[in-house]
Amino acid sequence: MLSFEPDEEQKMLVEAIEKFAANQMRKVYREAEEEGIIPGHLRQSGWDFGLLPAGIPEQYGGFGEYSVVTAALAAEAMAFGDLAISLAIATPALVGIPLLLSGTEVQKERYLPMFCEESPPSVTAAIIEPTIQYDPRELKTTADHLDGGYVLNGEKSLVPLASEADLILVYANENGNTQAFLVPGDADGLILGSADQLMGLRALPIYNISLQDCYVPAANKLGEEEGISFDLILNHSRVALAASAVGLANAAAVYARQYAKERIQFDEPIAHRQSIAFMLAEMAIEVDSARLMVWETAWKLDRGEDATKEATLMKQYVDQAVLRVADSTVQILGGYGYIREYPAELWLRNARGFSSFDGLAIV
Amino acid sequence: MINFEIPEKITNELQMAKMVAEQVMRVKSRYYDEHEHERPVEYINLMWPVIREQNRRQLEKSMNGKKPERTGPGLAGLRLVMLVETLSWGDAGQYLCTPDPALGGAAIYAVGTMEQKARFLTKFTEGDPKWGAMAMTESCAGSDTSAIRTKATYDPETNEWILTGEKIFCTSGSLALTESDGFVVVWATVDAGAGRAGMKPFVVEANTPGVSIAKQEEKLGIRASDTSSIVFNEARIPFENLLGSPEVQQLDRKTKGFKGAMRTFDASRPVVAASAMGVARAALELTQELLAKEGIVLDYRKPQHKLSAIERDLLEMQARHKAGWLLTQRAVSLMDHGQPNRLEASMCKAYAGDAVTWITQKAVELLGPLGYSRNLLVEKWMRDAKINDIYEGTKQINLLIVARSILGYSRRELK
Repeated sequence: MLSFEPDEEQKMLVEAIEKFAANQMRKVYREAEEEGIIPGHLRQSGWDFGLLPAGIPEQYGGFGEYSVVTAALAAEAMAFGDLAISLAIATPALVGIPLLLSGTEVQKERYLPMFCEESPPSVTAAIIEPTIQYDPRELKTTADHLDGGYVLNGEKSLVPLASEADLILVYANENGNTQAFLVPGDADGLILGSADQLMGLRALPIYNISLQDCYVPAANKLGEEEGISFDLILNHSRVALAASAVGLANAAAVYARQYAKERIQFDEPIAHRQSIAFMLAEMAIEVDSARLMVWETAWKLDRGEDATKEATLMKQYVDQAVLRVADSTVQILGGYGYIREYPAELWLRNARGFSSFDGLAIV
Repeated sequence: MINFEIPEKITNELQMAKMVAEQVMRVKSRYYDEHEHERPVEYINLMWPVIREQNRRQLEKSMNGKKPERTGPGLAGLRLVMLVETLSWGDAGQYLCTPDPALGGAAIYAVGTMEQKARFLTKFTEGDPKWGAMAMTESCAGSDTSAIRTKATYDPETNEWILTGEKIFCTSGSLALTESDGFVVVWATVDAGAGRAGMKPFVVEANTPGVSIAKQEEKLGIRASDTSSIVFNEARIPFENLLGSPEVQQLDRKTKGFKGAMRTFDASRPVVAASAMGVARAALELTQELLAKEGIVLDYRKPQHKLSAIERDLLEMQARHKAGWLLTQRAVSLMDHGQPNRLEASMCKAYAGDAVTWITQKAVELLGPLGYSRNLLVEKWMRDAKINDIYEGTKQINLLIVARSILGYSRRELK
């Protein structure tokens, strides 16, 4: 039956994350952005919400309540606080969720328990490539079947927390299909590159890495012989990213709304002017409609239905919406939207990235 | 919980509507578009028995003390919205000719007494097709509804109201007053100086002396729909035709009547949005069908940089359609759950009108010279679409309502 009301447990979770966002993330995000460092206790506190263990079956140490809708609600609330910090907190899921979706029983038993520990495991994934025509379904990084294993070659960028990773899930092109390979952090041929210099996400330690004849045994191919269902994994990733985009867009829209009510020009708040008020109204509509697109896609995934069409439409819509909302926020703030003492410019720099972030997060 | 499932009961019911849309409405779409003042009798006569029965059930429920718009988690809103979407997919203009109390009925349900509901709506459960309508707009009062000048003067000797004035752009006004035993809910002022507080809804029944149709408009689109100007030349109606309880009928400074009417828009705006999305879906589907014949089929797995311009446009059309439809579903779902939905209703109406305008204009563009030809219905759908940006609150007015709501402002702060 058609309904748009999160249940009580979801509301409680979102409320708790909102508090965390307001009391902790928002206090440090600007400094983190300027310094390029996220305070460690924040990542631990984010981990303490147990978002990833929630989705892992009990037999591996989790709570066994996987819900993409719930995860989307959580991702939105986290990103409302700060996108870079939320991506750092969500980095372990980049390995945990694909394991859940496509791992063999042996792989699940071996790796899933580490996601149910007190502290987050040092793992990440490498999928994005430093190319204009990045296509996660047609990667340039290759995997060649050789000697009972695979040899990986290629360049990856935007790998979060790569420098501390003990394990990296590397996506590569095997005979025209995207597959994923668990590569130990100290593997031969896995070379940590420079820190990525990005327009936004500057608080997030994010790296280039290089695969140079990097060999992994066949057992490390996710899903082994059968491989992964990449469409499914990508759809889950797109939900995570779009949900985060909604959080960021909402943060901007709410901020702009409040600013416009307080900023006095010509003897009254600028929110009294239709040009501003209409921008705010359109921003609110964009946030709400973007959120509904995310929810529908997440709901379909929870029902085990193919959501490729919905995920693509969602991405098409949300990528643009978040940028428009962030841009309008800068605009409403005028000169203050342009300076780094105010959050608007940061949201705009982050918003533009979504169209290229395929694979950077997953729920 | 968050749930997008449409109950099977409703999808089953829609099968009949789909048949009507395909086999009756579409077949005559071009004909009625080119014969503007002819009535789509095939559609009207087919729908009337169904509508008549629905009216009977609705009236019965209402007379049993339950207000239709507050019956707890129900299906009424969703059912209506999906029906309207399907019928509009068929033909938006013909859909507007559905013999039904429509907006006039909505006003009666919103503020009428039990006695008034029985008196005015019972006939919609029997006999021949008839129409209800609402007459608000005047030449000097469109978005500014408080500027209406149609006057209602009370005659204590006969205990009647005397109406004088002229309404324009009344949907189904002729159908209601001169072509059936229907009625029009007319907004008139009992005190011109009092602004909104003086505005009251009056039921004017068919064949009332002093009431005449001055004009039937010729329009860009929805040509099958009757859009009439109504003149009231000292027309007399019973005192009890003023809608509402005695406290509303008191000639005091309260705006309850006006607010009651505005409440009906919370219910009707999602319905207009649904109509818009039906037209959008028609254009979208035809565009996809014709492009497929040229070998252009959208592959959702293709990365953006490999999409042709046409594929990009198609993707954008689908995305906006989905966004508009989801917003509409949300607005109606709140209503079905008995929750306030003014903000959400205006959001979906503002967005849907804009989306269907863009989608249908894009469809004509993508289909090239064929899209421009009257041999296809898509040019008609573009013309039919545009009204959704305009009636029942223009996009600008709905944005204003959204803005005031999110800012916590009234008319005082935000004009």
